[in-house]
Parts: sequence; C-alpha cells; structure tokens
Amino acid sequence: MNELPQQLVNGLLLGSMYGLIAIGYTMVYGIVQLINFAHGEIFMTGAFGALTVYIYILPDGTSMLIALPLMILGAVIVSVTVAIGAERFAYRPLRGGPRLAPLITAIGLSLALQQAVWAWYPDAKSARTFPQIEGGPFHIGSITLQTGSIFLLIAAPVSMAFLGYFVMKTRTGRGMQATAQDPDTAKLMGVNTDRIIVIAFALGAVFAAIGGVAYGLEYGHVDFKMGFILGLKAFTAAVLGGIGNIYGAMIGGVVLGVAETLATAYIGDIPGLGQFGSQSWADVWAFILLILVLLFRPQGLLGERVADRA
Amino acid sequence: MRQRSLIAITAALAAGALTLTACGSRDDDGGSDSGNGGGGTTVVIGVDAPLTGDLSALGLGIKNSADLAAKTANKDKHVEGITFKVEALDDQGQPSVGQQNASQFVANDKVLGVVGPLNSSVGESMQQVFESGNMALVSPANTGPSLTQGPDWRTEKKRPFKTYFRTATTDAIQGPFAAQYVFNDFKKTKAFVIDDKKTYGAGLAGTFTDEFKKLGGKIVGTEHINPDTKDFSAVATKVKNSGADVVYYGGEYPQAGPLSKQIKGTGAKIPLVGGDGIYSADFIKLAGASGTGDLATSVGAPVEELPSAKEFVANYKTEGYKEPFEAYGGYSYDSAWAIIEAVKAVVEKNDGKLPDDARAQVVEAMQNVSFDGVTGKVSFDEFGDATNKQLTVYAVENGDWKAVKSGTYTG
Repeated sequence: MNELPQQLVNGLLLGSMYGLIAIGYTMVYGIVQLINFAHGEIFMTGAFGALTVYIYILPDGTSMLIALPLMILGAVIVSVTVAIGAERFAYRPLRGGPRLAPLITAIGLSLALQQAVWAWYPDAKSARTFPQIEGGPFHIGSITLQTGSIFLLIAAPVSMAFLGYFVMKTRTGRGMQATAQDPDTAKLMGVNTDRIIVIAFALGAVFAAIGGVAYGLEYGHVDFKMGFILGLKAFTAAVLGGIGNIYGAMIGGVVLGVAETLATAYIGDIPGLGQFGSQSWADVWAFILLILVLLFRPQGLLGERVADRA
Repeated sequence: MRQRSLIAITAALAAGALTLTACGSRDDDGGSDSGNGGGGTTVVIGVDAPLTGDLSALGLGIKNSADLAAKTANKDKHVEGITFKVEALDDQGQPSVGQQNASQFVANDKVLGVVGPLNSSVGESMQQVFESGNMALVSPANTGPSLTQGPDWRTEKKRPFKTYFRTATTDAIQGPFAAQYVFNDFKKTKAFVIDDKKTYGAGLAGTFTDEFKKLGGKIVGTEHINPDTKDFSAVATKVKNSGADVVYYGGEYPQAGPLSKQIKGTGAKIPLVGGDGIYSADFIKLAGASGTGDLATSVGAPVEELPSAKEFVANYKTEGYKEPFEAYGGYSYDSAWAIIEAVKAVVEKNDGKLPDDARAQVVEAMQNVSFDGVTGKVSFDEFGDATNKQLTVYAVENGDWKAVKSGTYTG
C-alpha cells in the first residue's frame, strides 16, 4: 500500500502542533525581540488547565461536545494568565536591560513552571490521562484519521485565519505592526506599546493553549515536561519560517513536521545506510534542515531581510 | 549582525537548558524513618531509583519495598544490635545523575549496600564507582546481560564487577522467553521490532530478534524511536503497512503506552509485546482502551501468587505506602533483604559488632546469601546474577495485567 499520503498527514498534524506554539515565539520576538523560552511551558500549563476543567470542575461523564469548548476556555484562561504574569513580573522589569538577561530569566521561568506543576498538580509526577473524543477512526481513501487529530486539523488553520484578520484589520493589530516596526515612533504616534506587548504575549498564549488541548486529544495524556522539547521544536520552526513572521511560523512548523515524519518513514530505506534511519534520527534531519535554511536563506523561509535594529 | 548573534546565543542556551533539565530537581530528603527497634549501630541501606519523572511509578515502588524490608528487619530484630535505615536518592532515570548518587553513597560511611537502580544504563554508570568504593550494589530491575557477564556475554562470559549483584533475571533470558511465547503460544510469525536504543531496550530487542528468527519467525521491519518525543505516528504507519502481526518493543512504558495507542490508532489491530519495562499500571493508562491484548514479560512468578509473597503484599498494605509496589517491589524487597542477610553474616562472624572493613565483607557475604524471599529462592551465581530464572507473561485484560503463563527459560 502507498503510505505516502498517510505520512504526509502525520507530518501535517505534527507540524500544525509546532506551528501553533511557534506563533507565540514569533509574535513576542517580532515585537520585543525576546525569545520567550518559557513559551513551551505556557503551552503545557494550558493543557493542564483544560485537564483541570474536565476532571475537577465538570461533573463526571460530561459529553466531550459540551466539555471541549469549556476545556479550551480553561486552557486559554490558564495560559494567558501565566503569559501575562510572566511578562509583567519576569520580563517587563528587565526591558531595556542587556538582551541576554530576559533570555536567562525565560529559561529559569521555564524550569520553575515545570517544577511547579510537578510539585503541586495532583498526580502530575508521571503522565496524566487526557479525556478523549468518542468515535473514529475515520478513513479517507488510504488515510486514517483519529477524532482528536481532526480537532487539530481544524484548529490550526482557523486560528491562523483569525490571527491574520486580527493583525491586518483591527486597530490593535495595526498597533502591533507599528510597534514591531519601530516602538519609539509608534509610541510618539500614540500607540500604547506596553499594552501592545501584553496583547502579543496573551495572543501567543491563546494559540499555545489551543495547541495544549490538541496535544492532549492527539496523544491521550499530558505531563509536566511536555512543553520543553516541543517548545524547542516550535522555536526551531519559528526560526525556519523566519522569526517575527506569523505565517512563517505556521509554515516553518509544517515544514519541520513533514520533514521529520518523512525522514522517519523513508530515510531508513537508503541501502547500506540503515543506521541513519528511523525515528531516533528525526531530530537530526530536522536540525540539518534548519542549518541548511539558515545558511542559504538566513532570514528564514518567509522572513524579510530586516535591517539591524536595537 | 546583532540578530544573528542573538540566535546563536539562544541556540547555545537551548542546548544548555537541555542538559540542565537532566539534573533538575533533586530529592535530598528521600531518607525515611524506618523505625527503631534494633538499637545500637545504624546501618544505612541506600536506594537509587527514579523517584520523579516518567518512570517514577516504578521507582517509588522500589523505594517503598526496600523501606519495608528495613522496617521488617528492625521489628524482628533480625540482626542483633543493628538498626537499618533506608536513604533514597533520585536518579531520574539518567545515567549521569545515577553516577553522582553513587559517589554520594560511597562517601557516606553509614551506607553498607545500595538497592537499585531501575535502568540498566544507569546501573552501567554506577558500577565502577561502587567497585572503587568496594560496596555492594544490588539491582532489583537491571536486566542488561553485559552488566554481570561483560560486554562479550554472547561469546565469552566474564564478570566485570565483583560488587554488582541483581535479583532480576537478564534480557538474555527475557527476550528469548518472549520470542518463544509469541511464536509458539501466541502464534504470531511476522514481528516488527522497535527499540529506544538504550542499554535495556536495544538489548531486549536484540535477544528477542535472535530467538524469533531461530524459531522460524520473520522480522518484517525494525525501528528505533527517540524517547524524548511522544509522536510516533510515522512509525505507527510503517508498522501498519509492514504486514506485521505483532510488534515487539524494547523499552519502557512512557513510550510503549503512546506507541501502542498510536499503532492501534492507525486502524491496525496489532498487539504490542514488551519486557518488564512496560509491565506497569501506567502502561495501561497510557495505552488506553485499545491496549487490551498487549503483552509483557516480567521476571519471576507473579508476586501476588507466590506463598512467600503473600506476607509481603499484606505488610506493604499495612504500612500504608501511597504508591503501589509495581513490577519490582518483590525484587526490591529481596535485594534489600540480601543486604540485610549479608550484614547479619558479617556481624555474626565479628562477635556481634560491625568490623572496620564492613563494606568489603558485606560484598563477600553477598556472594553466599541464600534465603527464601518474596520472589522465591534468592541467591547469586558466580556472575552476581540471580539463580532464580523464572519469568511470566502478562496480558492486559479489563484494564489490568493478568498473568497468562509462567515458566523458566530453557535455551
């Protein structure tokens, strides 16, 4: 049987997850030139927010039809709160300081959030089961899809469309563009840059929260470490797509996801080079791809050549 | 240029962060009060296991079971004049952390022997430290054959460390035992073999493959997975299209559970078979409803069924430990008890007092211990391996592991 269509879908799913998280990296970077390394943990806390709503707030056995919107809401509330808190207490005091300072704070915050969930969330020392949507799997030609995957397949493009509309068409969105181009001039033109920065953090967190719910539905469980590797991958996706570019983040994510999946599926088949194949090498190929893109197109796939600033 | 250099710094920091998490939280107060009763000298039995992270379910079971052995010895005044105390360190399943823990145990004069670790790769990193410190390390769970029989165990067995013992059987037995069951009893002939490239997983996958081929089975595909990720969809699709009727996974439950789930998610009804590393309640949780019918082999007879184990199960309950004893509870109890027996022999030989070179003497005494433990007769052969070579196949049924076949592997 031809497995290429299925593998492409697998890659698209994994890539959409990377993309949803990458948006948060890219947006914050685009506006304050900060790589928010704690963003992976914002994604993780979002997933736990959704889990909390299902297990501790809703009555047992609530249908996923009703539960899912509430879980997304819970995830968004938790993620956004964490993101705004991080901005207010960890990053804002360091704004204007050396560039390295907030970066180090971000890594510290990332570990702190992991440990907080580990220590205080009930039974979070190993993975916790995430509620699943009933039904499925669905077959479309030679492709098999889980119900949970359908959520991700719909959520990613819808989120993107919403974000595109928000940034291009709304007043706040235009304020974000202005701040990204030149914060000082934007301020002189009456843009409240502090507010814009908070909104960028919050918006990134909304997508991370949706990604967190998608992760839970896709893999059936969440754990306190889930944000770390995925966060690094999403950061890679953001760089690949051109950091600072919102569509680039999504495209970078999908390219990365598809590349990893195809490498897993096919590179093992090179005769005599069997040891290079299989999934344990997927990361290696992903980073080789990143290096190649940075060598030949340093601004990333969709990035513009930005004049050095700041 | 600023921007490019920021990316470079960031990448370097990211790499640093990867290493950092590996030594994140350290649980230093792991020691627990094992009660008083013996009076006199206090002997510490160290425990090294993953107490946090993915494998903590197994690790906490090890810690509690060793603690129970110490408590029982104190209550019965098993060694006159000696009070046992358990001190546990968390290795997080990481060889580097395990090695640090090993040094910490060796530096502590009160420690005469250590129970642990869980992972063969961690055990590997600790062996030399214990050899230098002349202190006994008894693993309840390491199954990598090279740990006791040297790297060339397939051709020439040679014991590399005289201070290392284990109560668990090895993968040299576990893998082939699984292959025989899968081929003869389970009637599966086309296997897809996956491992996580770690000492334990790769070893198990290797010995399974050899025996499965010898029996006439066909290996239709092999894969190595990356234990850091949870997305195995590409591998699952390959398994589905390979025409395999069974998957053998060498590795542990944090990956095996999602892997089983994702393989079934492709619509393929292919059961997953693994070793004792997946024999955990958490595997069933992670594999979900579709995990029914998956198999695991584990060392020894089912703990709940052995008469010698009934008392252990009852006492474990009475002590009210928060976590279940899991796959290695019985072995951990027996490992700790082997240390206790060795200390007893040393103390009795020395007129009721601990000698100055107690550690070295405990290692010597270990070689000759022999008692009826939770898992059956406990004693060690010339390699430090358990002489008890029993294994059991378990199947997931109604959300629980159920023993389906017990036996000893005969080559």
